Amino acid sequence: MKTHVIVFPGSNCDRDVAVAIQNIIGSSPEMVWHKDSTINQSDLIVVPGGFSYGDYLRCGAMASTSPIMKSVIENANKGVPVMGICNGFQILIESGLLQGALMRNSSLSFICRDIIIKPTNTKTIFTNKSTISKMPIAHNEGNYFANSNQIKEIEDNDQIAFQYCDENGDINAHSNPNGSINNIAGVFNKSKNVLGMMPHPERAAESIHGCDDGRNIFESLLS
Amino acid sequence: MLAKIHITLKKDVLDPQGSVIANSLKSLGFDNVNDVRQGKFIELEINSNNKEEAEKQCNDMCEKLLANLVIEDYSVEIEN
Repeated sequence: MKTHVIVFPGSNCDRDVAVAIQNIIGSSPEMVWHKDSTINQSDLIVVPGGFSYGDYLRCGAMASTSPIMKSVIENANKGVPVMGICNGFQILIESGLLQGALMRNSSLSFICRDIIIKPTNTKTIFTNKSTISKMPIAHNEGNYFANSNQIKEIEDNDQIAFQYCDENGDINAHSNPNGSINNIAGVFNKSKNVLGMMPHPERAAESIHGCDDGRNIFESLLS
Repeated sequence: MLAKIHITLKKDVLDPQGSVIANSLKSLGFDNVNDVRQGKFIELEINSNNKEEAEKQCNDMCEKLLANLVIEDYSVEIEN
């Protein structure tokens, strides 16, 4: 499998995700600088977490105009799997590959802690091995929003990837860390080859992390 | 020309920052404040002799980058 990880000024989860890809998928990813303009052939492109461009204007807004994003969009439109984690999710939204918006957490605080998510659609390349999983979130702007028409469209097309839930898998207000509408933690594009999610599977990918539930997302990509 | 651009959250989007600002104003004794909505103000100088053209360009900038139309509205004011 040929894999790529995009690196922006301010990315800080690029190495973590590269280690997870190496260990779980068994592919040594090519690290692609944001000023590069082409990714010729790929089986997986990851847009990692961090604080690209210092979160200026809106999180992900500046990075979405980087030269490499044209190629990421072209690849996504050709069906190449593209995954955005945390700031990577914000960048994919700003670039128009995913619907909705990520607003400031309803608590107005940066949240860094473990949460639990439940896959909403397990028939995709990213989630076919997914179960209820614990992994960390670390963000200030993860409050997913879309207006009622867009939410209906996303639901009707099975585009919700993950929802925040409690240990029993119940999706309720108590298990919603950031105010996301319908507890949404991650969404797909219409064709399900682009995934954006706020939680960090790469930070829960081996026993030394204290939890390796995040592995199932990378393992899904293998099957 | 000078363009003044206001970017505000859409009416149906919750604004927790605005609510906190409203509470703080009330605690300072401004009891008659009912609602606060916060946003962004961007001022940019633009090389153009045509006011209409400059406005059109600023609208384009808002739609492509400056505003997120899922959650935000914008307004553009051009000064000579």
